[in-house]
Amino acid sequence: MLLEVRDLHAGIEGKEILKGLNLQINKGEVHAIMGPNGSGKSTLAKVIAGHPNYEVLKGEIIYKGKNLLEMEPDERAREGIFMAFQYPVEIPGVSNSQFLRLAYNEKMKHLGCEELDPIEFNDLLKEKAKLVQMDADFLKRSVNEGFSGGEKKRNEILQMAVLEPRLAILDETDSGLDIDALRIVADGVNKLRTSENAIILVTHYQRLLNYIEPDFVHVLADGRIVKSGDKKLALELEEKGYDWVKAAA
Amino acid sequence: MITQVKRQDHYAELFLRSLDNNDQPEWLKALRSNAFDYFLINGFPSVEDEEWKYTSTAPIAREKFELAENAAEIPSIENFLISESKESRIVFFNGQFVKEASNLSALKGIKVLSFSEALNDSVSEKFIRENLANHVSYNKNGFTALNTAFIDEGLFLLIPANYRLEVPIQLLFLATQEKMAFPRVLIVAEKQSCLTLIESYSGFESEKYFTNSVIEVTLSEGAELKHYRIQRESSEAFHITNTSIQISKNATYDSTNITFGAKWSRHDIVTNFHGEGGQAFVDGLYMVSGEQHTDTHSVIDHRFAYCTSRQNYKGIIDGKSRAVFNGKVFVRENARGTDAHQSNKNLLLSNEARVDTKPQLEIFNDDVRCSHGATVGQLEDEEIFYLLSRGINPMLARNLLTYGFAEEIINKITVDSVKQMLDETLLNRLSAKL
Repeated sequence: MLLEVRDLHAGIEGKEILKGLNLQINKGEVHAIMGPNGSGKSTLAKVIAGHPNYEVLKGEIIYKGKNLLEMEPDERAREGIFMAFQYPVEIPGVSNSQFLRLAYNEKMKHLGCEELDPIEFNDLLKEKAKLVQMDADFLKRSVNEGFSGGEKKRNEILQMAVLEPRLAILDETDSGLDIDALRIVADGVNKLRTSENAIILVTHYQRLLNYIEPDFVHVLADGRIVKSGDKKLALELEEKGYDWVKAAA
Repeated sequence: MITQVKRQDHYAELFLRSLDNNDQPEWLKALRSNAFDYFLINGFPSVEDEEWKYTSTAPIAREKFELAENAAEIPSIENFLISESKESRIVFFNGQFVKEASNLSALKGIKVLSFSEALNDSVSEKFIRENLANHVSYNKNGFTALNTAFIDEGLFLLIPANYRLEVPIQLLFLATQEKMAFPRVLIVAEKQSCLTLIESYSGFESEKYFTNSVIEVTLSEGAELKHYRIQRESSEAFHITNTSIQISKNATYDSTNITFGAKWSRHDIVTNFHGEGGQAFVDGLYMVSGEQHTDTHSVIDHRFAYCTSRQNYKGIIDGKSRAVFNGKVFVRENARGTDAHQSNKNLLLSNEARVDTKPQLEIFNDDVRCSHGATVGQLEDEEIFYLLSRGINPMLARNLLTYGFAEEIINKITVDSVKQMLDETLLNRLSAKL
């Protein structure tokens, strides 16, 4: 098993948001986590990534057999966890390619592999950029600065492509995307899907799942998974709304 | 009070010797004497003066620097040279323009003269008489008074009308142990001329000296100047510059002021518009650490209609260092259609670092577009987390964000080797690699 979340209670600023969440993910699987606003979807994503503002009150997360909660956020990333941000941060003055090379080399160093110099890395980056139809021009620009919403999300997927995570969490990556941008992002993710990695799609809408087909769909309500199923569950949700699950739970 | 008199005795002795040994014209000797009188009476500014509220001059007043002898041997300057300016470099050593160390071969189309040469050239003499100390207030500031009192072999640059100089000129100011240097530069850019100037201050590792320079620039109608000021004095140096810029109708002044060096430094920069349609970009970056102290005082004076000014200053303050930024923008009664924006952002990297910032906008006309603002802060947690979440360690994440903060200013620089040199200095200071 790649990731196991056991009875997770977590929150922010003293407010408990996740109230006993359990989840098991094997490599090669795509899990969609759906749920109404405020149900704790993004909190789960941030707790796995190690956001310092979120506090774990109870429970555990085991990743590749290790206690994830004891690892620093940067260590988690080097161990293969990646979160695509709902609101990617702008970093003026640092180019996309500088930033990605630094992140890539940190990971290579961690794995005991050889680091790449700027020229070698640029070749790699150009290949990866094709996955999300990104021009070379974007790679020279400052990280996310002045990018449109769609460009920022594509850039997140580009980072995922470069860092090749074992477990990727896409936090509302579909929000704010028009249909063309959504298709590009989804195509990119599908190409990155392998039998060795796993993906968690955190989303409010079923729309994304038309493009990235999940193996499992979980419905989160009030900090707990109240229903799990296959992709048909998402369609059912689309039709009947979240109240239906909440009522059933 | 007794120490005050003694201290000025030291300068008086040097001043009288310097005045006697010089065959300058009477009007110049009179100017120098008037300036020295001001200094004798007023001395260095005190913290009771609003303009000097956060910067004590006591550390300089305590010192007894020497005036450099003429014809001293010049140490190796290779390390301080900018490759683009191989044939357009002008070297000052301990305050004196030294032609022998300069290379003027790419500057044949313009006048590059020492003051003594210029005063014997009828065209130049007229320019000097009309422009020297015309806009810098030696009667308001003891440092400027002192520089004016010690005017000796300064530099006069005259760019003829319509002349577009392709290579950047480097003005290198070098000073050495225990010396005080009073470089003086007067630049006149005639109509529609165009020039890039790199004003760089350097010294040798931990040598202690005092640079006090005054740079006066007049841009005639439609002239353009790109001005990079790079202050990388030694870690024990004292440094002050007074920059005075006059912008005529439709002329453009674009400056970037970088402060890395000196133990104690101050930069006064005054930009005046003298006609409609002028543009001024007065940007800067100060990065200090340890026990450094740096102070920038800027004035942008919109006296005519339809002029544009932009000011973007950034500060990175670490260790126990301290920075001061004071930026005044005046929009006078008749300056309708003014477009003026000012920003000063500061990044404090340690709990003991300190910055005092005061952006001031004084508007006397309604038909204007103006804004100003200042911030003092630390690195954003959300930004740091973003980098951590990509596997970058916390130290590197902080360095990278600090680097990015500074890059906005450094990226403006169009002379490659200057930009590269600043990048390297920045990274060295952050002990980061990118």
